[in-house]
Amino acid sequence: MDFNDSQQEAAFRKEARDFLEANAEKRSIISDKPNDKSPQIAVAGAPETVKGGKEAAQEALERAKVWQKKKAEAGFAAILWPKEFGGYGGSPIQQVIYSQEEHDYLVPSGYFEIGIGMLGPTMMVWGKDEDKKRYLPKMITGEEIWCQLFSEPSAGSDLAGIKMKAEKDGDEWVLNGQKVWTSGAHFADYGMIVARSDPSALKHKGLTYFYLDMKTPGIEVRPIKQISGTSNFNEVFFNDVRIPDSQRLGGEGEGWKVALTTLMNERLAVGDPPGLDFDQIFEATKELEVEDGLAIKNSEVRQKMADWYVQSRGLQYTKFRSITALSKGQTPGPELSISKLVTASKMQDVSAYALELMDSSGMVHHDQNPVLKNLFQNGYFFSAAMRIAGGTDEVLRNIIAERVLGLPQDERADKKVPFNELPSGKN
Amino acid sequence: MNFDFSDDQKLLRDQARKFLFDKCDRKSVRTVLDDDQLHYHKELWSQISEMGWTGTAIPEEYGGLGLGMLELCVIAEELGRSLAPTPFSSSIYLFAEFIKNYGSEDQKKRFLPSIASGEKIGTFALSETNGTPKPSNVKTKFSSGKINGYKSPVSDGESADYLIIAANSDDKGNRNSLSLYIVDLNQNGVSKKSLETIDPTRPACSINFENIEAEILGEQGMAWDMTENILNRAAVLYSFEQVGGAQVSLDEAKKYSMERFAFGRQIGSFQALKHKMADMYVKIELARSNAYYGAWALSTDSNELPVAAAGARVSASDAFNYAAKENIQIHGGVGFTWDYDCHLFYRRSKLLSLNIGSTRQWKENLISNLEKRNIV
Repeated sequence: MDFNDSQQEAAFRKEARDFLEANAEKRSIISDKPNDKSPQIAVAGAPETVKGGKEAAQEALERAKVWQKKKAEAGFAAILWPKEFGGYGGSPIQQVIYSQEEHDYLVPSGYFEIGIGMLGPTMMVWGKDEDKKRYLPKMITGEEIWCQLFSEPSAGSDLAGIKMKAEKDGDEWVLNGQKVWTSGAHFADYGMIVARSDPSALKHKGLTYFYLDMKTPGIEVRPIKQISGTSNFNEVFFNDVRIPDSQRLGGEGEGWKVALTTLMNERLAVGDPPGLDFDQIFEATKELEVEDGLAIKNSEVRQKMADWYVQSRGLQYTKFRSITALSKGQTPGPELSISKLVTASKMQDVSAYALELMDSSGMVHHDQNPVLKNLFQNGYFFSAAMRIAGGTDEVLRNIIAERVLGLPQDERADKKVPFNELPSGKN
Repeated sequence: MNFDFSDDQKLLRDQARKFLFDKCDRKSVRTVLDDDQLHYHKELWSQISEMGWTGTAIPEEYGGLGLGMLELCVIAEELGRSLAPTPFSSSIYLFAEFIKNYGSEDQKKRFLPSIASGEKIGTFALSETNGTPKPSNVKTKFSSGKINGYKSPVSDGESADYLIIAANSDDKGNRNSLSLYIVDLNQNGVSKKSLETIDPTRPACSINFENIEAEILGEQGMAWDMTENILNRAAVLYSFEQVGGAQVSLDEAKKYSMERFAFGRQIGSFQALKHKMADMYVKIELARSNAYYGAWALSTDSNELPVAAAGARVSASDAFNYAAKENIQIHGGVGFTWDYDCHLFYRRSKLLSLNIGSTRQWKENLISNLEKRNIV
């Protein structure tokens, strides 16, 4: 048992560290810089909230693109991708090493992960050669940003319940319907979409998968205002949107199969969860005072801190076990399925408890908040979303129970009935 | 990075698992549970001693196998899985580690070979009263070469030949007044009284000392420091036992939930139960990873040990306590019958989480060690 890199791993780590040191700024646990937003709270496709309206958001996007271009030129933007599409042609362990190193730096995140992590790999499997040549390299450099148009108002955890209509008209398809929770649709250039091409087929059989230009006429993007007051996600409306059949990925009716390629990459793409964790509340308890002095000296506080510490480090060491498996060329174990489940609830509990420790000033949530820069107020709201996005706590527990533990699947009412005869609660 | 056990260590694990599956079935565990006069499974003890498990981490020159602490972690997990009713933890994780780490050359030569061979059993006792042990509530005294006092509970005290205790070596009554002493329990003046425990497969007794002979272990006045270090080392090993027990609790809950039908379907297909078992799994994986980190710190003598050991201990206690109680819940009514095995794990989980200090005490240790580490 040791934590040492192999010689090649150490060389790669140095390469990554040198690049980061030369091009990015280190992050602190809780920064005292007024405009510093570390620790960053961001998920794939949902960049950290940018205050200051559209202009500031546009500026942040431009900054992200500049960063991405540098990262791509250095080879780190798509470590797992083959070289022919501009990737590094690297191994999973190298991806992990780079992410570990990048985690310590303040770099833009949330713009490119969905494309590079999920949609690019889908195109590699299902796309035509000319598509791959045309789109993949620009995905890496950040010149073109992609979004994933999957969820719908009536298709969330039950994703295959998609109703978006795709009707064939000559060698074109006409799309009508609505998508929702589309991260980054407001700045994305392209998207990948699953739609229902045959409502009379079984639920998983009547779907077809396409890619499209987000500027195609008939597409309207409306931001969703979240409980945090910010908007990271969108509703996307499709009104007679016409796209050529050449933009289909996979066969007609094969959309679910293609979507699974995308989804299999999801948990890899989500990557390192945002940092509002033990370390942040540990720092906070050294500043905050409760009835008998500093919070960290209070025994109730200490008991709770210990629970979060073992969860936090338990996840980190579980990741080490996965990395070990990866570096031996094996498939990683449980890490991907438990990480978000534990992290999201922990963040919610940590945030809520930190507000308790602030007592009545915990109520205050504005830019001038003197106490720890709103970190825990933001976390309080953001964590509620995190427990749902990318697989709810409940779906994740089902996945662990069925796929990891091998428990029986739920009895399902939708397996043998044509999609248009399924009860939907509305008819 | 190589955050895993080696192939040789995994082979040892497989052999240990197979052996215990054959020789330490639930019937064997219950022979100790059901018989008040039986303090451990003697046949099992002599078999595992013959195979050298008791001497795993004791150097060859003192009669052990001379393997490392990682190998001992591997064995600990298997003992935990099988609920082995033996004094292994008292004699090996505690007594042998004290002698190995703090004994004089002469003491190592005198004590370790018979402990490594399983012929003698040792144990350790700190507590004298209810509640968290602290220097001020140690009343046992050493003066003019004799010990007078009382310890309770003493795990495996009735089976033990030797005991290590903390006693006051002066009258100041503070931390530095306490020294460690090795006591031969087979002498006049030692009187033992059986105590029923929540897990009778892991027994304890109280012991009264009246003018008994004892020899000092390690430096005078250093009892508390030595004890903290050895309890940290033991905590890692305990956490492997706990992870082992937790995993079997989950496996048995899962098995039952797939065999038992209600409302026309396997109860394991109900989400209420699936989610409970998913939660068990999450806690166990976190505990296993924390235990691995503890094993690494233990095997490398890292100065991370105090934090790593406390983290492993807290996480493992949480996992085993949760898995054992929810295993009963998933079994329903039969889960709280004497006949079903659920209670064996329920008993063991709580006993293990109290035996070398409660979870709340270890949480406190964890945070105070983190504070110390930050200052350094």
